[in-house]
Amino acid sequence: MCRCRMRPDRVADAPVHNRPALMSKLEIHQLSVHYAATGGGSVHALSDIDLSLDPGDFVVALGASGCGKTTLLSCIAGFMQYSSGQILLDGEVVTGPGAERGVVFQKHALMPWLDVVANVEFGLRMRGVDRATRRATALDKLRLVGLEKFAHSPIYQISGGMQQRVGLARALASDPEVMLMDEPLGALDALTREQIQELILELWWETRKMFFFITHSVEEALFLATELIVMTPSPGRIAHRYQLEFGRRFIECRDARAVKSDSEFIRLREEILGVIQQSAHDELDAA
Amino acid sequence: MSTTRHAGHGEDAGDRVAPVAVAARARAKGERTVTGYSIPGQGSSTIISIVTVILLLALWWLATHLGWIRDLFLPTPERIVKAFGDAMRGDIQGGKPLQDHLWASLYRVFAAFLLACITAIPAGIAMGVSRIARGILDPPIEFYRPLPPLAYLPLIVIWFGIDERAKVVLIYLACFAPLAMASRAGVRGVMIEQINAAYSMGASKWQVIWHVIVPAAMPEIFTGMRISIGFGWTTLVAAEMVAATEGLGQMVLNASNFLRTDVVMMGIVVIGVVAYAFDLLMRYVERLVVPWKGRG
Repeated sequence: MCRCRMRPDRVADAPVHNRPALMSKLEIHQLSVHYAATGGGSVHALSDIDLSLDPGDFVVALGASGCGKTTLLSCIAGFMQYSSGQILLDGEVVTGPGAERGVVFQKHALMPWLDVVANVEFGLRMRGVDRATRRATALDKLRLVGLEKFAHSPIYQISGGMQQRVGLARALASDPEVMLMDEPLGALDALTREQIQELILELWWETRKMFFFITHSVEEALFLATELIVMTPSPGRIAHRYQLEFGRRFIECRDARAVKSDSEFIRLREEILGVIQQSAHDELDAA
Repeated sequence: MSTTRHAGHGEDAGDRVAPVAVAARARAKGERTVTGYSIPGQGSSTIISIVTVILLLALWWLATHLGWIRDLFLPTPERIVKAFGDAMRGDIQGGKPLQDHLWASLYRVFAAFLLACITAIPAGIAMGVSRIARGILDPPIEFYRPLPPLAYLPLIVIWFGIDERAKVVLIYLACFAPLAMASRAGVRGVMIEQINAAYSMGASKWQVIWHVIVPAAMPEIFTGMRISIGFGWTTLVAAEMVAATEGLGQMVLNASNFLRTDVVMMGIVVIGVVAYAFDLLMRYVERLVVPWKGRG
């Protein structure tokens, strides 16, 4: 039984061979989004968002529906244009979707006409990687998510949890610098959800990529994040930031229950729930 | 905890309990199997349908053999079977065997259907993905689509003559509209997440169309193909009744001129069986090509 306390000397030894050769960085400066509402007018979806990610950062955005979490992710992914501000990846302005930013969706968004491994290698195929190389990469990523035995199963015959694992493997196959995840566990049952949370932490620790993750669940956010941003709606903005280390503790001791029942974890959970509820009340009062 | 690495390989394995074994065990213990409350109309209707068909055939046999209806209006079932045999040997008006009529009809409908597939599917997809293509193709298709094919048959005959070409063009037009509409609707059915996923993996616009939109539209396209070949068949038989020297429609029409009710009814049965065979064939191909339909 481990004590589940941080030991800084151990935490520092991230797998060196997996470190990106070029230190990448994602920077978001003063990002605002106004989009045209149906029936005239505009919605102020995001207001002056500042955020910066280095390799190994796990940023989790938490907040009620309509707080702009998904808008923020869509902007980073390049699915959506922004009104003002800037998103820079390695100093270059993000102007559209690209393979250096992998996305995992809430609905799995896999291609049901392809089997599991063909889904994972889809991006490599689109970019003209030869058959043998892309198959090897895809199988390697499937091993990472524990699905190598299901490589040739049809997508529609595997469970929701397994579909999300395929989604993770698919995003990893392109070896992106940033992993963007839009509530990937929202539709899963509680048990599967916890298993995949652990898997995501392991993948994060092994790859040392930048992770940006959206969730509704306070517990999930606390467990995964190195930086937790609590967002509030109209306009969508970052209300609170927390620097956390529960994810690293899990990597240390591999005991999610111990991490989640830690008194510090519970205290923060209650505090953040309070913050979110307060902002929901303010919202109602304002309306 | 030592290692929980890659835990949960078989997270849903618990769901897979063999239901047959459970039922057998329950029976052995003398337990009554129960069913839940059902929606009105739920359950299999196969046996009822079989009984209905047998009763109708029996009624037909009785009505003709007891002389309730004159032979001219409703021949006995045996006469229909005999007419089928006669037709196979070419022993009917016109002297052509049934096979010749059947092949003539099948050739026309498949030629037109293939032509429609090659043109209508790309046209529909283009309408789905391109504002310009939609703008150009929408008015002509929406104009002619609701017209009954027999209404513009005279014009087709004036333009293409009364030979095979006119018939194939007519069937082709009948097949084209539903197939193009279905392909267009199929494109609308693609999930935006699938498209975004492809873009975020580095796909180009054309790759998204070819590798995401087209396959995602396939289930709808197949529905369109089923509807379209059905339309084609109905139109074909009607067209052959207007100007033809062979074909199932012509055979039926010719027989009716000689008051051969038995041949007319035999012809109708053959036309119906072929239509049903088309549908079975299309459903078979559909299961083969788009097995994910309704399960995506």
